[in-house]
Amino acid sequence: MARRLFASPYALVGAIVLVVILLPLILTGNFYLRVAALVYINAIAVIGLNLLMGYAGQVSLGHAGFFGIGAYAVALGPTTLGFPVWLSLVTGAAFSGLLAFVVGRPILRLRGHYLAVATLGLGLLIWMVFNNQSELTGGPNGMQVPRLMLFGWRAVGPIIWYWISGATLVFCSWIALNLINSPTGRAFRAIHDSEIASRVLGIDIARYKLLVFVLSAVYAAIAGSYFSLFDGFVTPDTAGFLRSIEFVVMAVLGGLGSILGSIVGAALLVVLPQALTVFHEYEEIVLGLIMIVFMIFLPGGIVPSLLARWRWRTA
Amino acid sequence: MSEFLQFTFSGLTVGAIYALVALGFTLIYDTSQVINFAQGEFVMLGGMTTVFAAAAGIPLPLAAIVAVLITVCFGFLLYRLAVAPARGASPVTLIIITIGASIMMRGLAAVVFDKNFHSFPSLLGDKPIKIDGAAILPQSLLIFVGATIIVVALWLFVNRTLTGKSMLATAANPLAARLVGINTSRMIGMSFAVSAAIGAVGGILATPIALTSYSVGTFLALKGFVAAMLGGMGNPIGAVVGGLLLGLFEQFGAGYLSSQYKDAIAVVVLLVVLFTMPNGLFGKAGIERV
Amino acid sequence: MSGLLTIENVGISFGGIQALFGISLDIRAGEIFAVIGPNGAGKTTLFNIISGVCPPQQGRVLLEGCDVTGLPPHQLARLGLSRTFQNLQIFFRMSAIENVMVGRHIHEERNVLAHMLALPSVRRQNRQTRETAGGLLALVGLSDLADTPAGSLSYGALKRLEIARAVAGEPKILLLDEPAAGCNPVETEEIDEVIKTISGRGITVVLVEHDMRLVMKISNRIHVLDHGTTLAQGDAATVRSNPAVIAAYLGNRGTQHSAVG
Repeated sequence: MARRLFASPYALVGAIVLVVILLPLILTGNFYLRVAALVYINAIAVIGLNLLMGYAGQVSLGHAGFFGIGAYAVALGPTTLGFPVWLSLVTGAAFSGLLAFVVGRPILRLRGHYLAVATLGLGLLIWMVFNNQSELTGGPNGMQVPRLMLFGWRAVGPIIWYWISGATLVFCSWIALNLINSPTGRAFRAIHDSEIASRVLGIDIARYKLLVFVLSAVYAAIAGSYFSLFDGFVTPDTAGFLRSIEFVVMAVLGGLGSILGSIVGAALLVVLPQALTVFHEYEEIVLGLIMIVFMIFLPGGIVPSLLARWRWRTA
Repeated sequence: MSEFLQFTFSGLTVGAIYALVALGFTLIYDTSQVINFAQGEFVMLGGMTTVFAAAAGIPLPLAAIVAVLITVCFGFLLYRLAVAPARGASPVTLIIITIGASIMMRGLAAVVFDKNFHSFPSLLGDKPIKIDGAAILPQSLLIFVGATIIVVALWLFVNRTLTGKSMLATAANPLAARLVGINTSRMIGMSFAVSAAIGAVGGILATPIALTSYSVGTFLALKGFVAAMLGGMGNPIGAVVGGLLLGLFEQFGAGYLSSQYKDAIAVVVLLVVLFTMPNGLFGKAGIERV
Repeated sequence: MSGLLTIENVGISFGGIQALFGISLDIRAGEIFAVIGPNGAGKTTLFNIISGVCPPQQGRVLLEGCDVTGLPPHQLARLGLSRTFQNLQIFFRMSAIENVMVGRHIHEERNVLAHMLALPSVRRQNRQTRETAGGLLALVGLSDLADTPAGSLSYGALKRLEIARAVAGEPKILLLDEPAAGCNPVETEEIDEVIKTISGRGITVVLVEHDMRLVMKISNRIHVLDHGTTLAQGDAATVRSNPAVIAAYLGNRGTQHSAVG
């Protein structure tokens, strides 16, 4: 009975809704809300990346590039194009998706190491543009981001952003889960397991790879926009190599092929630096160590490994 | 003309360093199929350790040797503690492990050393040599000579010594190598150690000109990788040629096009290679059997 | 030219070696057609050409009279052609029933937006697909293993699973690449039954197989390949007694012990 409940995709969405609603009651205080909002924002990007890597079996070491596009869109839209913030957000997501569409076709013909490095290069190129075009973006020092106006009211502060990012996370998870339990989702997973068999069964793998790539780029851009709107400031680091790696680690650590895993992974890597504030300089060392240790001992990721243990015990 | 010559000299100089990084990639890739994203950190460790050892009072040549030895240890530890336990893991897993190792080494360097740029004086002094209106630093000549010695020494090691030939065998066919009694695990460990040594020497040679800091490894690894891909992943000659070519592309691109986007040149080269000739200049094509 | 699938003068070479040369076949609707030959004769290559995995260098492939030479596999699937693989291309990370559900892909609604929003039509379709897949699993005797991850199924079960998956798309013609390879006599018997059932449903079956007993038992016609060229074609009795065929399988001595008895 419990297994069937958990198997339903709506159970997971329901669980996320519960957590989002109940968390502020348990963890009171702006500090916790701020951390939680950051977890939700990162989780949105990681869910998109997980669809690409965990379900469709591709790889992207440059995903922060799309995150950065979203982050800068809400800064550049108002200042250079005179767009209201919400329109800039939509434009950023659209541009991110469009870039993924254009670049995706050639890039997704590559596999394995080659794909990994090509996406790494793409992410770096995007970062370089943000870093070098100082007149436009403020270069390495970054630029201010205007505040989001919600119904004539400035969206500032952890409380409002907690609810915005929480609600968006619920929505994005719901969409992702729907997709997974559909012919499209099955096509992704089929492509992951055997491209040739997928082709022979009528799946146009180029089209589906492109689809999931564009979708993951849009997810990342939305998360990026939220990130810089929340912060009020944006720097090229949002599109940097280290950020891309963090997203991948969140996805892999939490568990590729698991939406819950994406959230867990995001939580782990966002909370960790907060816990390490005293040892801030050791952040990179700890991150690197975690990456190595987890990949050796728990390559399947946290959530799938726990689920496997639980199933084994109740079998 | 003198400008052209200047770019050629600086291109070949930086290219020689890329060639050494690429050679390190190739060595490890050949024996173990692993792409070692931490390769650039070996270069960083070579330079930084020398600087700080010298600052601690050790005479420079000795400091350099100490630096190489320490880096070799790191190379070997990387294999033993991070790569070997994950043998047979998926490519993504291995990528994350080596990137994790690179991040860890960077973090360690930032903590143990510091985050500033450092250098030490060149053994041959700072006075540029003028040729035809272009200036070349004596250290550049040292880099060429050093890189050439390394390439030749590596060739001799791999083709003339038993250990080296065992490494070749491991690279060609690990199963067959094991069947004739070669300890392939040790050979792979050795390839990591030798790669680390090559990287470290490259770092030491480059520091008087390019300076060094805890973060130089990342871009060096990327460029070394691009060079290896350009020449044909797994081909040592390709690695050297790829490195030199990349150095030239970069300097000429920076000189004639845009110096701001100098680093973008390597990425562009990478994408061009991946899309048009994924097997590089000297690589072989593969066929998938169904 | 009256066939469902016609191969005209097909040829291909790999790196200087002529894998297939001058192959012509005419497969009629509803029959069970076998392609046999010693190892390296080019059977799987022929399948790869027919199923669009690699285009031929000479010749044409015609499906129901239309030239489909070089069309990519996913388009051929929509035209009613399906296949299984010699080396099992199962989706190991998916369950048995999910594998078969993927087989239904060409008959499913492909509107991604509808999928993302889980519209009622999509949910209805999911249920239908699952039911159909369940029926096919029952056909191949894998009903109680429906939710088992494919990675933990036995070899024989996987062979049958791949057939169920290939049939899920309701193809007109099914190419089976060594469906009984590596199977013990019991499993081979099961495959035999499955093939007969499929043929009974009106699906044309083209079979590459080494197991001569199976081939002789169920095939209507047999085409023999050797070193990339046609050696013989005809019904079981004709082929069995053809001296060139016997020689190809046994070498030029020993026509007494026929491998096809």
